[in-house]
Amino acid sequence: MHGRLARKLLGSTMTGVTYGAAALAILPLAVILAMLLFKGAGSIDWDFFTKAAVPLGEKGGGFSHAIVGTLIIVGLACLVGVPIGVATGIFLAEFGGGRVGFGIRFVADVLNGVPSIVIGIFAWTWLVKPMGRFSALAGGVALGMILVPILARTTEEMVRLVPNSLREAALALGYPRWRTSLVVVVRTAAAGILTGCLVAVARVAGETAPLLFTALGNQFFSTRLNGPMAALPLQVYTYALGPYDEWHRQAWAGALVLIVLVLALSLFARAVVRAKRQHA
Amino acid sequence: MTNRMIGLFAVAAGALLTGSAAAQTVRLNGAGATFPNPIYSKWVLEYHTAHPDVEINYQAIGSGGGIRQYTDHTVDFGASDGPMTDAQIQAVNGNVFHLPTVLGSVVPTYNIPGVTAQLKFTGDVLAGIFLGQITKWNDSRITALNPGVSLPDQDIVVAHRSDGSGTTYIWTDYLSKVSSDWSQRVGKGTAVNWPVGLGGQGNPGVANIVKQTPGCIGYVELIYALQNQISYGLVQNAAGNFIQATLATTTNAAAGAVASLDPNTDFRISITNATGAQTYPIASFTWLLVPKEMTDMTKARALLEFVWWAVHDGERYTGELSYAPLPARVVQLEEQRLKAITVNGQAVLPRNYGGR
Amino acid sequence: MTDLAATALEPEAGPRPTAEERWRALRTVSRGDVIYRSVLTVLALLLPLMLLLIALELVANAWPALAKFGAGFLVHSVWDPVQGQFGALPLIFGTLYSSLVALAIAVPLALGCAIFLTEFAPRWLRNPVGTLIELLAAVPSVIYGLWGIFVLIPLLRDHVWHTARHVLGWLPIFSGVFYGPSVLAAGVILSIMILPYIAAVSREVLLAVPPSQREAGLALGGTRWETVWRVVLPYGRAGIIGAVILGLGRALGETMAVTMVIGNRHEVSASLLQPGYTIAAAIANEFSEAVSDVHLSALFLAGAVLFLITVVVNALARVLVWRVARGSAVGSTAV
Repeated sequence: MHGRLARKLLGSTMTGVTYGAAALAILPLAVILAMLLFKGAGSIDWDFFTKAAVPLGEKGGGFSHAIVGTLIIVGLACLVGVPIGVATGIFLAEFGGGRVGFGIRFVADVLNGVPSIVIGIFAWTWLVKPMGRFSALAGGVALGMILVPILARTTEEMVRLVPNSLREAALALGYPRWRTSLVVVVRTAAAGILTGCLVAVARVAGETAPLLFTALGNQFFSTRLNGPMAALPLQVYTYALGPYDEWHRQAWAGALVLIVLVLALSLFARAVVRAKRQHA
Repeated sequence: MTNRMIGLFAVAAGALLTGSAAAQTVRLNGAGATFPNPIYSKWVLEYHTAHPDVEINYQAIGSGGGIRQYTDHTVDFGASDGPMTDAQIQAVNGNVFHLPTVLGSVVPTYNIPGVTAQLKFTGDVLAGIFLGQITKWNDSRITALNPGVSLPDQDIVVAHRSDGSGTTYIWTDYLSKVSSDWSQRVGKGTAVNWPVGLGGQGNPGVANIVKQTPGCIGYVELIYALQNQISYGLVQNAAGNFIQATLATTTNAAAGAVASLDPNTDFRISITNATGAQTYPIASFTWLLVPKEMTDMTKARALLEFVWWAVHDGERYTGELSYAPLPARVVQLEEQRLKAITVNGQAVLPRNYGGR
Repeated sequence: MTDLAATALEPEAGPRPTAEERWRALRTVSRGDVIYRSVLTVLALLLPLMLLLIALELVANAWPALAKFGAGFLVHSVWDPVQGQFGALPLIFGTLYSSLVALAIAVPLALGCAIFLTEFAPRWLRNPVGTLIELLAAVPSVIYGLWGIFVLIPLLRDHVWHTARHVLGWLPIFSGVFYGPSVLAAGVILSIMILPYIAAVSREVLLAVPPSQREAGLALGGTRWETVWRVVLPYGRAGIIGAVILGLGRALGETMAVTMVIGNRHEVSASLLQPGYTIAAAIANEFSEAVSDVHLSALFLAGAVLFLITVVVNALARVLVWRVARGSAVGSTAV
């Protein structure tokens, strides 16, 4: 009995430990969100969204240039990354059984692990240096390059989920293979693919490292694609490292806006998947 | 929904691209020193208000970055307080003017809990601290200089620049002059092999580390210490006096060099450890790096008009930001350089520009 | 399905096709198929092309530094831009050391979470908790860095270390003065950042363990915990190791949060309390400002080393994870 009791006790303790682990894991998330709200919410006002930066050391100004900059650069990244990434994902799901597919899948996984700063210096070498200028375009391409392998894998997974019976039915009705794939399979998986896109975009919107040597940053409000442009995470980084309390205040606010954007996209994506599952 | 999204992207992209093609504004990109960033960012905005068709984007990435980007031709002008070396000038085939803009000073700034007094430092002591030889605030060498101050038994944390920096150049230039130990072991440059310390990005980064870390000492341009209310110390000059960095003492530092200025100078003058009773020893010019021969007339004109404005009208902003304005003789010679800049052999500014 | 029926191809008008003709029609590959597959293949091949180009560009730009320093680059500690001497040992050491600290903290926690989610959590709790843990991965690196500078470092320096100093201060890994920015701070932040990846992949691995294994363990008289510890975990061992290595891969390449809290110091030190540097952080700080060509090339070389390490680590991780969850996109959503 003694041994049995000891074992039961161990079991209960370890169950408690795992509860503790989960709680400890979520704790930083709660603390960070709380801090962002606490320190950032007070600084979010109309000025924050409508004004750009003021001279060093002065008070006031906002993040309008950074917010719009992020929207533009991420938009560019989508233009570059979404078509290639999704197409690769469809390829892997539909034609990826053989060695070519295996190889590309492997490469996608490897590329997913490449540090984003390496992508950044790649984009600098191939876009900034030859063009002779820092640009939002280079930043967008760098982020797009990060999108491609992520989207390839998530799209593949979503397209794979489409039951074969659907494919077979379409083929039986006389559809050629390409039309089956495009019109039937992909359209069925569309919601899932979109979800994958949203999650990937949320991830890429928060990236700073690739923008350090490509988009560079800009204290003016700019929408020009072939010139430097501010971006939200970049601006938060610059301001966080500075000594001015004014900068710190705005960095917290910028971080709050960024996390709301990212979390909204992520949660929305999850909700779409859940709704789709319930209707399927 | 996906179709519509693609459509929206296409329309937006098209609008952005055509929009940029139709713009009338002249846009210039510059990058470099954080040392003068407070006044450059002020100038850029004031100039833009007066001339809305000119937009100058200045990114303070450090003097090293300014020199690099200038050499790589990824910016229209650079900015640095560490002058380009002969080798670096060779790398751009000599196509660069160093145009001074303001005078500034680098101060030793510190954060010692309980100490609000202004400490006195000598070059030797500063070198000793930054070499890691003096490790406690109540070291006899520091207390000897500051008899009235009770310094705690606290470790000294050194903060320096992690990026390529003209401020570092000025600081190490001074230390190399006053300490042979430093000169041999570390030397001077925009980035050096620091014996000890934490690295911060830009003047703001170092100021932030000092502000956040008890017992910390760093070196920053004066305005960064003032704007962030961090204590900074007095430094002993060549004449033996402990001097505070002010408008007057910074201007005095340049006086000797300016008096003996060669009309054909390329302005790469070091004024650290200058002679004179009331000179601040760690002062320096800061320069804009501008090509002698440019390629785009519109941009060249806009840039040179801005620089002309900066060294004349712009100087009125120096006082409130604790920089010292350029001596008149320097401005005079600079006007000649500005007028000598050409595009395809043709001078950008007319001979009588500015009524001179 | 009504869509399909409505748009199904109409049967050919005219005389009924012979068996021969029908057979030939089935065997013919439609031109649309060829175009479709070709377009997709070309786009998909851009991925390996990208990998190749990155590798080539890194090597090409790193070549001058490699030629000048050779293997010494990996073992020398002096990073002196003035003299043109570049040794990346502190960078490599810092990268590995901070990642190891992160693993030491994150692996037990992540495993605990994975076990919690698959074994012990009540059903209604699984999705919410799982989502919250995955949301940790969604927080941008720069926000972790921001929090690190203003919350974590003061907390560690002024409160945690203040009390722990007397107990732990004698250990060599806790020696020296704690300024704040340090390998420890970087390790803690990294651990929070990699935890969701390790937890998500481990969770998938544990879910892939056949229920029969669990049932067998319980049938033999084990408690739930014993079944997990002695049956389920060993079964999924390869996959869990893969998850851990995946987390390592993430930690090695992390840039922003690390450079904001690690102190940016080119120095090898056994103590966790001292500032350090990682390859990624050094590139972030010095790349746009490296004035000499040698300096820039040295940074490219460091980047190439990082690239190589992360490629190898990630490849290893994927192989291990695939073994357990046969070639599916396990963990891809976590990515």
